[in-house]
Amino acid sequence: MYGLSLNVRAAILSCLILIVGLLVWEAAIPAQKAVGELTEYERLTGGGQPKAGVPPPSQVIVKAWEQLSDPFYDAGPNDKGIGIQIGYSIYRVLTGYFLAAAVAIPLGFLIGMSPIAYKALNPFIQVLRPISPLAWMPLALFIIGDSEASAIFVIFICSIWPMLINTAFGVAGVREDWVNVARTHELGALKTAFMVILPAAAPTIVTGMRISIGIAWLVIVAAEMLVGGTGIGYYVWNEWNNLDLTSVVFSILMIGVVGMFLDSMFAYLQRRVTYVE
Amino acid sequence: MKPYLSIENLTQTFPDGAGGDLTVFENSSFGVEKGEFVVILGHSGCGKSTIMNILAGLAEPTSGVVVMDGQEVKGPSLDRGVVFQNYSLLPWLSTLNNVSFGVAARHPEWTKAQVAEHSTKFLAMVGLEGDVIRRKPSQLSGGMRQRVSIARAFANHPKLLLLDEPFGALDALTRGTIQDELLKIWGQMEQTVFMITHDIDEAILLADRILLMTNGPKARVAESVEITIPRPRYRTEIVEHPNYYAIRNHLVQFLGKRSKEMAGQQTEPGQSNKPTTVRIDKTDPQDDPEDKRPALRAVNS
Repeated sequence: MYGLSLNVRAAILSCLILIVGLLVWEAAIPAQKAVGELTEYERLTGGGQPKAGVPPPSQVIVKAWEQLSDPFYDAGPNDKGIGIQIGYSIYRVLTGYFLAAAVAIPLGFLIGMSPIAYKALNPFIQVLRPISPLAWMPLALFIIGDSEASAIFVIFICSIWPMLINTAFGVAGVREDWVNVARTHELGALKTAFMVILPAAAPTIVTGMRISIGIAWLVIVAAEMLVGGTGIGYYVWNEWNNLDLTSVVFSILMIGVVGMFLDSMFAYLQRRVTYVE
Repeated sequence: MKPYLSIENLTQTFPDGAGGDLTVFENSSFGVEKGEFVVILGHSGCGKSTIMNILAGLAEPTSGVVVMDGQEVKGPSLDRGVVFQNYSLLPWLSTLNNVSFGVAARHPEWTKAQVAEHSTKFLAMVGLEGDVIRRKPSQLSGGMRQRVSIARAFANHPKLLLLDEPFGALDALTRGTIQDELLKIWGQMEQTVFMITHDIDEAILLADRILLMTNGPKARVAESVEITIPRPRYRTEIVEHPNYYAIRNHLVQFLGKRSKEMAGQQTEPGQSNKPTTVRIDKTDPQDDPEDKRPALRAVNS
């Protein structure tokens, strides 16, 4: 055992924790009657499920297999494959997120480079930043009038702040020596921005982008529960209304997996732009 | 006839934080000839680095002008290359790219291959070749980083090269090696150099002329000491030269005593505020042969 590398030992421990956890979960759920033994009425009221139907992991795995083997089926508004639902959510997150990046990064540059802009905009940022993104939802629905666009707007407004603040912080913190190198080499404003300030501030900017994508993914689930129609958040809520807790547990896990995937993309980007002084 | 680089009545005042003004240096005037290696010596706080920043165009003097090659210095320019004490390499670029981005800025019309070739050549001149030039600055030692910085400056053929205590952060042995490399590359390029240092021996080894500053506040360049030791100079040989200790003693005396006594003194209005030229030459034939033992010789000043 001690001959194995740290990573291998950690992986073995992870698997053990998973197996033990699943076994405990499985054992904690009382056996249920097979669906076939229930009457139509019992099935409709969920009567055959004593603990309001918290499903054992075996059922979740079966559900996951079933869903993941055909993720893109579309059988009407309330019955779409998990792939389609997640696809909608990712589309909204990325649209809102990149709109936010397109505003936040240039604006962050401006704030970072100009002390006047920083001081002038700081009070607005400080007031707007702590507002829960969902608090914007009624206003967005009223003004924009479209639930899809409102969801995107909510993502936009929640992802803008970490990117804006980190960009400004990163740009303002670029070492003066490096800027002086650019100045003594007569680099123009644009060249200085792209050749010196952007790479110098990139680790901080990407950290902000990573925080933002995390928040955006948290918020989209809640936003979709409100706006409905499509998306993983709507799917969770819909399955809750159907009392299909197996699907709820399964979709919770999928939210985690997709979130991890989004985060690891930015972790990779972060490693690419990080430099050692 | 004005010298190639002419510093005229330079004054720098900073707010002292208590509502008043602090005059770092006042009415400093001096010149540097083309191809000359001039070193400025002085205590901390006399404004050496401020003068350097003004020459580089990174700072503006409160009053006075700097004229180089007939043109007033306004803002930074590729004509004035700077080697900073802390190397100021861009850590996200490889060693080669740290040099080549400067070359590309100097010669926008060159192809990538030309830029790379020119940069590689100058890195080789400071002894950086092969695999090393693909590394990031963080993977280099302090000495290697300063070599990159020197290569970057020389590769641009600036009209004036400014060295701001370039060896201040290096250990004595590395410093010696890079000083030799600097001398070699300077000898090949006929580059005009203006350098700040704290190290008297380094100044004597490298300089044609040493400018001595009085202590701040209200410092000024008081003396210009010619280094009457022929080139090429080697650190092991120049200490044997009869002028070496005479010059060294003069410098030590100035920095130890007279820089303090002369602090704050200004020249009379109307008088020239150019530094007094000091020439110490023991190799004159009528000199006492006893001077061959420099360590025992009395100070001549």
